[in-house]
Amino acid sequence: MSAIVLDQVNERKRRFLILATAAAGGAAVGATAVPFVASWFPSAKALAAGAPVEVDISKIEAGQQITVEWRGKPVWVLRRTPEMLAQLDKNAALLADPDSKSAKQPAYVKGVGRSIKPEIFVAVGICTHLGCSPTLKKEVGAASDMGGDWPGGYYCPCHNSRFDLAARVFKGAPAPTNLEVPPHRYMNDAVVLVGEDAKGA
Amino acid sequence: MAVLNKPPVTTAGPLNGILTWVDQRFPLMALYKSQVAEYYAPKNLNFWYFFGALSLVVLVIQIVSGIFLTMNYKPSASEAFASVEYIMRDVPGGWLIRYIHSTGASAFFVVVYLHMCRGIMYGSYRKPRELTWIFGVLIYLCLMAEAFFGYLLPWGQMSYWGAQVIINLFATIPIIGEDLSVWIRGDYNVSDATLNRFFALHVIALPLALLGLVVAHLMALHETGSNNPDGVEIHADLDPKTGTPRDGIPFHPYYTVKDLVGLAVFLILFSAVVFFAPEMGGYFLEYNNFVPADPLTTPAHIAPVWYFTPFYAMLRAIPSFFNMQVWGVIVMGAAVVILFALPWLDRGRAKSIRYRGPIYKSFFAAFIVSFLILGYLGVEPTNVWGEFGKAVPIVGGDYVATWVARVLTAVYFAFFFLMPWYTSIDKEKPVPSRVTS
Amino acid sequence: MMRLVAAVFGALVASAAVAAGPSVPLDRAPLNLNDKLSLQRGAQIFVNHCLNCHSATLMRYSRLTDLGLREAQIRENLLFTTDKVGDPMRSALTAKDGKAWFGVLPPDLSLTARSRGPDWLYTYMRSFYRDPASKTGWNNTAFPNVSMPHVLWEYQGDAVLKAAGKPGGAGQLVIDRPGRLSPAEYDRYVADLVNYLAFMGEPARTKRVQIGILVIFFLAVFFVIVLFLKKEFWKDVR
Repeated sequence: MSAIVLDQVNERKRRFLILATAAAGGAAVGATAVPFVASWFPSAKALAAGAPVEVDISKIEAGQQITVEWRGKPVWVLRRTPEMLAQLDKNAALLADPDSKSAKQPAYVKGVGRSIKPEIFVAVGICTHLGCSPTLKKEVGAASDMGGDWPGGYYCPCHNSRFDLAARVFKGAPAPTNLEVPPHRYMNDAVVLVGEDAKGA
Repeated sequence: MAVLNKPPVTTAGPLNGILTWVDQRFPLMALYKSQVAEYYAPKNLNFWYFFGALSLVVLVIQIVSGIFLTMNYKPSASEAFASVEYIMRDVPGGWLIRYIHSTGASAFFVVVYLHMCRGIMYGSYRKPRELTWIFGVLIYLCLMAEAFFGYLLPWGQMSYWGAQVIINLFATIPIIGEDLSVWIRGDYNVSDATLNRFFALHVIALPLALLGLVVAHLMALHETGSNNPDGVEIHADLDPKTGTPRDGIPFHPYYTVKDLVGLAVFLILFSAVVFFAPEMGGYFLEYNNFVPADPLTTPAHIAPVWYFTPFYAMLRAIPSFFNMQVWGVIVMGAAVVILFALPWLDRGRAKSIRYRGPIYKSFFAAFIVSFLILGYLGVEPTNVWGEFGKAVPIVGGDYVATWVARVLTAVYFAFFFLMPWYTSIDKEKPVPSRVTS
Repeated sequence: MMRLVAAVFGALVASAAVAAGPSVPLDRAPLNLNDKLSLQRGAQIFVNHCLNCHSATLMRYSRLTDLGLREAQIRENLLFTTDKVGDPMRSALTAKDGKAWFGVLPPDLSLTARSRGPDWLYTYMRSFYRDPASKTGWNNTAFPNVSMPHVLWEYQGDAVLKAAGKPGGAGQLVIDRPGRLSPAEYDRYVADLVNYLAFMGEPARTKRVQIGILVIFFLAVFFVIVLFLKKEFWKDVR
């Protein structure tokens, strides 16, 4: 006689208990995975290093640009002159996406100037093509060494992508979209906080 | 093609196609049948038999949590301590991963000690399972090395001085000792070089060896079949119709569902420590290890982690003879190595303690008690029980605990060395031919 | 056999109770890590008085949000040694100055509550007394010949040793000249500080216990399910 006698098998009960065990076991494995998966997200140290950056804009003169580091990326803050702003309206024909429909930018950054205050322009200085950092060529025409009809803007030396002074990409450039505008807000008239959305936005 | 002549797998419903494809190229069903579904285990295994499966569970826990710890740990003397606290504070979920690993280390020894105790009690080391036992003792040795190397990594005061003391044990070996300890450290004291090599051994070398030995241990076990609390060989009594052991039941589903109950109880205890007492009163995580390693200041009282303390107590109890300190180290090493000889020291006819005579039972009880008390003494400073009065002959002025440890060390070894004698003269009870339920 | 297991666990737990510690009799620190207001007061005391000399380099200011503080509040009230709220609590005292002024570098306090224990800290901060023989003019019954002066003396007042002889905790001291706080108020003041130090030693602790309760509850349910599963299948075994 064998030690196993199958005369009291309640198939339904067994199936139910197996299912319950599998469900509870699956839930346990899933819950256990949480801390392990979570540990791959940025640590408090990385978050602190990537925290919003305060930028003092009171010392930036008209036509001047400063670069700050935010999350390891260059962020430009450019104070545009009235002439530069006027030129932006005339660029539409040259641009791939003049209304920035496909660009990465916060909802509160509107219009051709792509900024909260028209004169202060904030953008991530990383080319949307392959990640080089374009250089500022702000002078109009030949003074920028970009040809006589240059309206002023940015130029990426890696693959010749061109952008205007609202970092909108020119037609025919390898870069697919306009440069990214990071979340930012004004703490007061003199200080911009890069990396944090405007209140209520 | 010959391989494709294997019959299709027909038991898995919608997965039949995939399983058949795999099975024609890999002995999947054959392995499943021989190792799980048609591996016959005695039907009378009691709760002591949980600890083997639980050791495997803890091994997996340690490997997974260990892998994730290495993702943020820095094996350098200047960064190690802070990187552990970085895991505890800055890495999301890091504190839990670290506590799982630190608790797992102690849990490993808890289940392995209980597993070994089971093996000794029921004679699981006896013929024909000598190799299973030997692989097991090798696993235990690897585990001790793994724990020792891992203990240095947090680079706290106890890590540092614990490693310092243990490595200096090697320095007591005559002639080569001094050079040997320098070679182990790679420096004149425990340093960055030591930490780095211990890290490599802890995360790669020993886990590989452990995994290999675990596979060997299980293969040897499944070759002979499991022992049981009666010490009866179930494969000696086969059902003539089915050809399977009459007292055996398939491992799956009967022991898989039973082991799940053991697993649930274990996980409740394990989680209780992880979440409510991860320091376990200073025994799983020592208070002094929250102070960074300082080569210039030794903590007032250093003791090894609890799972080494029985051997540490023996070490401390042995005095130096002929101007040499090496005897304590020899005794400590012998206390572990003697386990290898166990299958050949035992001359009893009965395997299980259930059918042994009173002499064996007394020796066994004395052995367990001495091991536990030695474990306690190894934690405490030697003056824990005070001194003998100056007037007492021989022991006058010595620490009481030292002499207790000496007596208990003798008891520990007596269990092994006298075993051929007392197991052959003991009045054993008759061993039944079938397992009892 | 069951008794043997019980003995093993019993020995473990019993020996845990006699863990090694300092020989001075310690007063029990009235910890309550759920008392956010006490922890906030403790953080304030720590930043105002301890952080001048001691760092807590493993602790970020931003972690104080766990105590119910907003980042703006931390920035305004607690952020003295840096201007970034994500920075660790680093003292302005340099290693060189520390050595010169106290003879030893004041230790980092991030983990002191875990290494020394909160009871020791609670006793220590209430055990300073005037001692003209020492360099700083202060001594301590819990830590004889300590290099640290009594930073909170304005709050506690001047204590003197009641009876010469063996040092032994705060009980031996009498207040000679009262400070700004009454003895009971000072005990509360130190309790808040020690509560904070305990939080700083293991910021995840409150969360750990919360999750732990859920985990144990879930495992208990799991245990019941698998117990029924086992019983059902083992009906086959005769």
